[in-house]
Amino acid sequence: MDKDTIWIPVGPQHPFLKEAAKFDFDIRGEVIVGARYQLGYNHRGMEKACEDRNYYQCLYLLERICGICSHSHTTAFSMAVEQILNLELPKRGSYLRTLVCELERLHSHLLWIGVAAHEVGFDSLFMLVWRDREVVMEALESITGNRINYAINTIGGVRRDINDEQRVKVLQMVKDLEKRMAYYAEIGTNEPTFVNRIKGVGTLPTEKAKAMCAVGPFARASGLDLDIRRDDPYGAYPDLEFKVITNDMCDILGRVVVRVLELLESCKIIRQLLENLPEGDIAVKKVPRKVPAGFALARYEAPRGEDCHYVRSNGTDKPDRVKVRAPTMANLEAAVESVIGSFVADIPIAIASIDPCFSCTDRTTVVLNDDKRGRKITTWEDLRKNGIEWYRREMGISLS
Amino acid sequence: MDVIKVAFFVLVFPGFLFQFAMAAILEWVDRKLYARMQNRVGPLYTGPSGFLQPVADLVKLFSKEDLTPAGADKLMFNILPLVSLAAVCASGLLVPLWTIRPFTSFPGDIIADAYLLAIPSFALFLAGWFSSSPFSLIGATRVLTQMFAYEVPFFLALLTPAVIAGSWQISEIMNFPWWQGPWWSILLRLVAGTIAFGVAVTCLQAKLERVPFDIPEAETEVVAGPLTEYSGKKYGIFRLQKNILMYTGAALVAAVLLPSFHMGPVLGGIWLVLKTFFVVAILSVIRASFGRIRIDQIVVFSWKYLAPLSLVQFLVVLLLKAQGVALP
Repeated sequence: MDKDTIWIPVGPQHPFLKEAAKFDFDIRGEVIVGARYQLGYNHRGMEKACEDRNYYQCLYLLERICGICSHSHTTAFSMAVEQILNLELPKRGSYLRTLVCELERLHSHLLWIGVAAHEVGFDSLFMLVWRDREVVMEALESITGNRINYAINTIGGVRRDINDEQRVKVLQMVKDLEKRMAYYAEIGTNEPTFVNRIKGVGTLPTEKAKAMCAVGPFARASGLDLDIRRDDPYGAYPDLEFKVITNDMCDILGRVVVRVLELLESCKIIRQLLENLPEGDIAVKKVPRKVPAGFALARYEAPRGEDCHYVRSNGTDKPDRVKVRAPTMANLEAAVESVIGSFVADIPIAIASIDPCFSCTDRTTVVLNDDKRGRKITTWEDLRKNGIEWYRREMGISLS
Repeated sequence: MDVIKVAFFVLVFPGFLFQFAMAAILEWVDRKLYARMQNRVGPLYTGPSGFLQPVADLVKLFSKEDLTPAGADKLMFNILPLVSLAAVCASGLLVPLWTIRPFTSFPGDIIADAYLLAIPSFALFLAGWFSSSPFSLIGATRVLTQMFAYEVPFFLALLTPAVIAGSWQISEIMNFPWWQGPWWSILLRLVAGTIAFGVAVTCLQAKLERVPFDIPEAETEVVAGPLTEYSGKKYGIFRLQKNILMYTGAALVAAVLLPSFHMGPVLGGIWLVLKTFFVVAILSVIRASFGRIRIDQIVVFSWKYLAPLSLVQFLVVLLLKAQGVALP
């Protein structure tokens, strides 16, 4: 690093980060010349904890991986377990599961539009979008009983049925929301101060997106035509008609456009699901508690991109290994890369453009003593020594 | 007796106490309007309709722990809040709350007022510079860059009415009978005044560092910009300074750029306060309807649109003046 370059640490605590993560930026003037990231502040050891719980308890634990895409994680996990058990879901159950998936996508994308607006200081859009997100949350509450952790999935189906009254209510909600979303699409793609901030910023060319394995709306905005719902269909998606939205603007404006159009597409899917809701059971009866030895990988299109769950069973009622690859993990590398060359002012919106969820993605990190880079682990003894020294120096108290 | 009179002027009316009250009321109005435009309720619980919330915020800040960072320049870090507060309070004394002459009035006070209004920005820059934190430093350089963008159009817009009235004194400008003369000269005065008002309000928004010009304190980018390291009393003083700046800046713009009539002391004062509320309401609408722009965008915007616009209207006024037709 030369002397014109200054280093600014962003995180682990910073107003733009909703969760703890650390980014280091080297800046020259207002331009970013280098960027690195470090995870490990939110690791909760959930994969390991799953090995001590039976499959049903795992569902409730995995639901808490993420507050926004909680349904994604349970669906991906139960899909993997259902693959090992060779279960065929009843039609109604799989429709209801897909319904919650799409409602979750609505609320996740609405949340993201609000956050993006807040990152560029457009608080009015943020407030208005979040008001409408509340409508989706209420619909989810009426269907599942909960606003965030729906707890509707079970292995082999869903736990709650919906009646006709709820069906009509959700249909009405979708109708109301569609009008409002068209209005936000108008603002988000036309309001000059907002568009000037996001057009041509955080550019990620198609080849780079492909090389860095980007997923979800982030990749689709870079022109990659990827969608697990179409490429590897699950749930009720084979019966449904929908478009995969892509855009070749490759910048944040493209990501806004993709997400806004996906909102409208989700509304269409929800309408199809509710209008063609088949009669029948909502879950497989008599699911065995013990899962025969085997393994399975489930891929699921979460609101943020492809979510992979790998489950290995060993013939008991507890999984042998559960592995989660959340979409943020796939996108983070590309997002940090796309920031280089933009201005300091673009950091928040460029990082937020992947809709990062650090608690989904967090890994343990091991820091080694590294003399070359001046990195040193603070041991417990060092901390204690520092504490005693600080009190002696600042307060005149001797604790030794 | 004179000492008591001056002390009353400086400390009570139209000095510090009155400014403090106006600042609190205007902040409440601004927050309430901003909240209503975002479909929120705004402050609600402290006092009737949250009327006392600005004061409560200040009381809370003053009772908080006050830290000076180890790397900061102690003297500068501690006096800068007071310097900026003193500057805005002094500028508030120059605004005539009645159309007769206030005791501080002197020929050329509009220039002095404009300069006093520029001091807080400098104080903010220095505060960021001496805090020795990367976020403060970035914020400080942004304050200065932004200042180069808005200060020139602001001055030009403020000087237009002075040129029309042929005086550098705020009370003279306010007493200028703008409604006299042939109809087309009134019309031209109004057109030039409207352009100047638009430019001045935009620049005032930039001076107050509010959306879309809150670049130096952009929360999601540089935490709190120059004020990142400030806490407790000193931060409270900066907050108070900003609110009083909103009052004095809006009052200056309202006094010289919005129409005033010969109304006598009391009515004239009330009229000026009403005009100030109007200016603040416009500032709130601007704040609610845009996103934040980038530092390079404000410089381009300012020199591409604001400065030429203010120069053109200034030129028109000067030409009219040279022809002797701008005068009644």
